[in-house]
Amino acid sequence: MRELRIHGRGGQGTVIASKLLAVALFREGHEVQSFPAFGVERRGAPVTAFLRFDDSPIRLRCEITAPNHLIVLDPTLIDAVDVTAGLEAGGTILINTDRDPASYVELTPRFTVATVDASEIAVRHGLGTRSQPIVNTAIVGASSSVFGWFGMEAVEAAIADEVPVKLEENVEAAREAAEAVRVAPTGEMSNV
Amino acid sequence: MKKVMIGNHAVSWGVQRSRVEVISAYPITPQTQIVEELSDMCADGRLPARYIKVESEHSAMAACIGASAAGVRTFTATSAQGLALMHELLHWAAGGRLPIVMADVNRAMAPGWNIWTDQNDSLSQRDTGWIQLYCETNQEVFDTTVQAFRLAEQINLPVMIILDAFFLSHTSEPVDLTDQEIVDEFLPQRVAQYKLDPSDPHAFGALVRPDAYMEMRWQQQEAMRDTLRVMPEVDEAWGALTGRRYGAIEEYRTEDAELLLVTSGTITSTARHVVDARRSSGEKIGLVKIKMFRPFPTALLRSALAGADRVAVLDRNISPGHGGIFAEETRSALYDVPLEDRPTLFGYVLGLGGRDVTPSVIEAIVDRTREAEAPERQDLWVGVEL
Repeated sequence: MRELRIHGRGGQGTVIASKLLAVALFREGHEVQSFPAFGVERRGAPVTAFLRFDDSPIRLRCEITAPNHLIVLDPTLIDAVDVTAGLEAGGTILINTDRDPASYVELTPRFTVATVDASEIAVRHGLGTRSQPIVNTAIVGASSSVFGWFGMEAVEAAIADEVPVKLEENVEAAREAAEAVRVAPTGEMSNV
Repeated sequence: MKKVMIGNHAVSWGVQRSRVEVISAYPITPQTQIVEELSDMCADGRLPARYIKVESEHSAMAACIGASAAGVRTFTATSAQGLALMHELLHWAAGGRLPIVMADVNRAMAPGWNIWTDQNDSLSQRDTGWIQLYCETNQEVFDTTVQAFRLAEQINLPVMIILDAFFLSHTSEPVDLTDQEIVDEFLPQRVAQYKLDPSDPHAFGALVRPDAYMEMRWQQQEAMRDTLRVMPEVDEAWGALTGRRYGAIEEYRTEDAELLLVTSGTITSTARHVVDARRSSGEKIGLVKIKMFRPFPTALLRSALAGADRVAVLDRNISPGHGGIFAEETRSALYDVPLEDRPTLFGYVLGLGGRDVTPSVIEAIVDRTREAEAPERQDLWVGVEL
């Protein structure tokens, strides 16, 4: 079984991102379970969502405290909350940022870091606004390349199922993010 | 058709497939998505039902009672304080023998103000005369919703379907939405034996004097006794069509078990995980899940538990001044088991107000139950004193 945690801020589409991942993985034949951190959401406040998937039915019905991988929708959260809490060594962190993945020197010794400027891609496709871009579809597209668990066909189908508006723009953002994402494997030293 | 959906929407789809005719509800977290989706379904034509907006849960149940008495299939949903506000009318629905179906998303009672899961809201309504069915997965939520209408209408009692806040209500997982034709075969249109009908007038809810009141209660109790037989029949009929059955209780890996866990709701799934792990290292451990709490499946539970050395009941609820409610009911069921077959019962209270119940919490309970000489008290509080 694999477990993921997604960190975002209220309004970025964090919970829908976990659902999109679940639907894409389900379409690839996996058992899936996704859920938000159980609480009260406020726009702009830190939000977390979770995902489990496996090849057999998922028994665990409790929170995820030791994820295998992370997705971070707002890079300022890295300084604001302990995003790597419980993260398995060697796990992958996919971050929405314009920075080079190797520049995260505090993370690269223990984790694989992947980055994509999902905000820029989202804004360019008219998804949300410059101050409040909706980055979930772009990040799910990037996840397809980074993790390799599901293809773009599953991403497109998930978007068609779960995102009621701007279907083409969302699909295009996902495709572009899948191309644009960059990866620094665990242990790679920064030359920045 | 399998779709990934939250537990709340699994309820909505169960209601849609059941061709409910009147819905009346008042929103409350964490239930709101159930009736929000139903409202959408009514608006866009997927469910040609009458959706009655009201100003409180008390009125929601009142509207359901009126509609159900007029002979139509009726549904509402609520949680916690909303359910408590309905309390008076829950008696009216059950005593009036109205087959209303309601979903209750288990949420802890305030104070402290809390939106997370525990079972005290539904268990506080234990003696109102409603059948209570607790669910473990979103698939079971969908299936139980459809089954509930058939059971309610066959037995003329209201049914409460119960699902854990967040661990089901807001958790997405695959649900097989049974095709409409199959549901139609399983659940024909309601034919009410007695109904409000201006062309054939009768009095409903009139004064009942001491010479007849007790017979009404007797009939209600007989209907509850019948439910012990009918609920498994309804479950089997659904199983024959869909391949999915649940039972009033479920015995999981209980063969030759020395230690049995007794669970309900989503704690059951996590406990299965622990049972599997312990079994693979040779421990004789199993699990009994209680799905139907009212009527209480005393005989089934007695035969499932008799012969085990120790039983650990996991209660996400508390009857203040007594103990965990499933533990107390289980203890009472075991009273008639001969002493040599009667297991020692440990009652654990845990997970109140949504506190997480992880595999390691259950592992610790298993170890403690195995090692302790005897329970020190009838309620042992996990995470507080243990």
